[in-house]
Amino acid sequence: MKNLLFLTMMLITGIVSAQSKYEAGMGKAFEQMKAVKTAEDMGATAAFFERIADTEKDKWLPYYYAAYCNYLTGWMNPNADKDAVGEKAKALVAKAEVIEKNNSELYILRQMIAVQQLTVDPMSRFQTYGAQANEALEKAKQADPNNPRIYLVDGQYKMNVPDAFGGGKEVGKKLFTKSLELFKTFKPATEMHPSWGFDQAEKLLAQCQQ
Amino acid sequence: MKKLVILPASLILVLVSQAQTKISGTVRDMKSHIVAGASIQIKGSYDGGVSDSTSHFNFKSFEKGTQTIVVSNIGFKSVEQVIQLKGEPIEINFALKEEVSELKAVVVTAGSFEAGDKKRAATVLNTLDVLTTGGANADITAVLKTLPGAQQVGDQEGLFVRGGAGYEAKQFIDGTLVNNPYYSSVPDIAQRGRFSPNLFKGTVFSTGGYSALYGQALSSAVILESIDLPDQSQVNASISTVFAGLGLQELAKNKKSSWGFNYGYTNVWPYFQIVKQGVDYFTIPEFHSADANFRIKTKSGGIIKYYTTFSHNQLGLRRPNIDSLILKDAFGLTNYNWYNNFSWRENVGNGWKMNLGLSYSTDHNDIHQNIQNQQNQYVITGFPYIDTLNFALENKSDLSQIKLVLDKRISGISVIRFGSEYMYANYKSNYNGLHVLLKDNFLASFAEADLYITNALALKTGFRFEQSSLLNKINFAPRLSLAYKLGNGGQMSWAYGDFYQKPENSQLIFSTQLGYTKATHYIMNYMKVTTLQTFRIEAFYKKYNDLVKTFPVYNNAGTGDAKGIELFWRDKKTIKGMDYWISYSYLDTKRDYLNYPKSLQPNFAANHTASFVLKKFYSKLNTGFNFTYTYATGRPYYNIKYNSGLVKYEIADQGKTIDYHNLGFSMNWLTNIFKSYAVVVASVTNVLGSNQVFGYNYSYNGNYKQAITPVSTRFFFIGIFLSWGVDRRQDAINNNL
Repeated sequence: MKNLLFLTMMLITGIVSAQSKYEAGMGKAFEQMKAVKTAEDMGATAAFFERIADTEKDKWLPYYYAAYCNYLTGWMNPNADKDAVGEKAKALVAKAEVIEKNNSELYILRQMIAVQQLTVDPMSRFQTYGAQANEALEKAKQADPNNPRIYLVDGQYKMNVPDAFGGGKEVGKKLFTKSLELFKTFKPATEMHPSWGFDQAEKLLAQCQQ
Repeated sequence: MKKLVILPASLILVLVSQAQTKISGTVRDMKSHIVAGASIQIKGSYDGGVSDSTSHFNFKSFEKGTQTIVVSNIGFKSVEQVIQLKGEPIEINFALKEEVSELKAVVVTAGSFEAGDKKRAATVLNTLDVLTTGGANADITAVLKTLPGAQQVGDQEGLFVRGGAGYEAKQFIDGTLVNNPYYSSVPDIAQRGRFSPNLFKGTVFSTGGYSALYGQALSSAVILESIDLPDQSQVNASISTVFAGLGLQELAKNKKSSWGFNYGYTNVWPYFQIVKQGVDYFTIPEFHSADANFRIKTKSGGIIKYYTTFSHNQLGLRRPNIDSLILKDAFGLTNYNWYNNFSWRENVGNGWKMNLGLSYSTDHNDIHQNIQNQQNQYVITGFPYIDTLNFALENKSDLSQIKLVLDKRISGISVIRFGSEYMYANYKSNYNGLHVLLKDNFLASFAEADLYITNALALKTGFRFEQSSLLNKINFAPRLSLAYKLGNGGQMSWAYGDFYQKPENSQLIFSTQLGYTKATHYIMNYMKVTTLQTFRIEAFYKKYNDLVKTFPVYNNAGTGDAKGIELFWRDKKTIKGMDYWISYSYLDTKRDYLNYPKSLQPNFAANHTASFVLKKFYSKLNTGFNFTYTYATGRPYYNIKYNSGLVKYEIADQGKTIDYHNLGFSMNWLTNIFKSYAVVVASVTNVLGSNQVFGYNYSYNGNYKQAITPVSTRFFFIGIFLSWGVDRRQDAINNNL
């Protein structure tokens, strides 16, 4: 009886500690992400998420955040090789997609990466990368039309596209308004799931209204 | 109960014993270059770090005992090492081995320029560039002429590459040879290409040393790859000063197949009313062209494509006869052309890929020239040298072709490739009642290997074996090229190859006792490419053998050579939003062929040629402005006359034309018309009105010469291209221009 109790306790402790190892790891990574000051810090955070992902193997979120942080380094470092960043981030998204099928968050990330690579040489990349970005958002909408980040990233892209190409501030305004509306009701599945973007949408809407 | 006490105690023990181990070191590649951004991780744990820009990393780990440390980075093979963690600092230096990958591997660039949307080292232009080069009027050949290696020949169509004549450059669509890529020749007036740039997603302009997959071109191969499925269904319409068109592309709902067609009608009558031409057109140039296509994606990731185009055109023009003040030469032409291309690209399993190409084309010309008097009536003068200018020529040339190429990855990204092609050519001509028929069964086999020894060293080697039933001869053409990446991001390439080509039909109708003409290329190239800048310098030597001589009888005794240096610089970086490129070619060439009495610099070759192309798009105006300036030094011209006394040809007169200048301009304004995406294009060639002379025609007695000039100083164009059903404007430009 005692032995059984001991065994059960060991088992519970084991499970609890295994779970908390992932959660604690993620928590630490999120903290590190909040404290990021430089592109190099962001790169280190990305690597941290990637280490968690590679260890866990069946969790898509660390891959998602690893890709997202990599993507952010592309903007934070003005001299970043956006193609190298893009290839790395895409490889991570691909790993996440193997675990988590048809998730709008991953499609949104694909759109963001495509837009980042497009900005390297917009005139000549518009066709290929623009198409990739659009295709990714189409899939995101199919997976979850109520994800506010779809309209946020779409607006962010379109507000910088010239009016004659079907973009502009008016288009941006509509998209950010829609995004903010969806944020009101949006609830992430867990605390760890993506929930970013509300502040950004407000800020960008203000920019469009200027 | 005792045991329950032990448990917390052991937990404390664990915590206490979790002393950290500091792990540090460096990550470099096999050549001791710094590898930044590599991930260092203790396997099965979250502990790890990243190498910084000085190659260093350091982190702390709570793990204990025997652990495996993994170092990985994109483009490198991961390295694992077993370590003992005991709390004492550990220092390890890692050396990573590069993986041979398509992204990093050196690409053979000797002799070739790529235009397309693929990101490759050899890519210097993209599809959009073809459409937005000032003064090029969306003609692929006109754009390729802004690259080094090509001459600024304005009186004949074709690409005159590195001392080669226009017919030495051939075009290939999806692997198969195109028999008549340009509209039929008119004396002294260059014609446009038949194919619109929007049909192609990639173009390779090879100025020498090209792959064993292509033959029958002594100087140059233009390798065009057609587009796959369109992004979206759409309807297009266009109207301009010279043509109108309508088209449809339908993409299936499942995005697995598409079909479409286009029709265009060109009539320059309204334009000629406003802009007077230097010649008298008695039949206003008129073109009908229609095309249709379908494309189907196959289950295993392949694609089947079919494209067909039919065109009919006619024109007639009168020019003063050079031997008489009162007579005129009236030239008339009617042409029918039907071109079909079917291609099938498929993964056939086990790493094998198949490319099958079938094509059939038929081209029919009805050409006649009359000597006319001031009343535009046909006259017979009694002077043989004038009366022989009267002719009627009817010709029909058919080409059927099948080409199969198989390729397989052998190891890493190295590929072997081999295949065969068979062509049946049938040429019928009727010149003033004299009938000639030429039939050729042409068979070629080829094999080639792309070997990547490391990321820095690549080798492409192959050979080609050809047999023509008409010549009743075989040839064997080896090809070899090599590329080596230098440390600073630049790379060197070398290429060597033998190239054979059948004599032209216009020569074979006089004698089929001819052999292949031959050229041997030697090329050395340095290229450095960054995302927004390209620098390229290339030196070449080309030796011609067995060129066709027409005197005293048709024979293969002609020879020649060409050597030169070419520079290319493209920059999208220095001035934000502005894109420009500069090309310069130096060419030193001589050849003894046709009726040349000795080795001469041919009349299509200039020693120095330079182009400057500038593009700027103003987002606020939604308008792009494009300029192209080309310069070439004068070209030689000769009056080669037969001396019946000495029974040989001699140079009665020679000289050099004035330098060639041309400034082309175009602008495209993007807007919305009738709910469509619209592009308004305006362009003009030779903005400055420079006097352009391409050569001289001589009178029969040689006392009088007349400059060959463009039929009008400038060509103006205004057009509106509309497209519905597309949510992206760029497509509108691409599909319509």
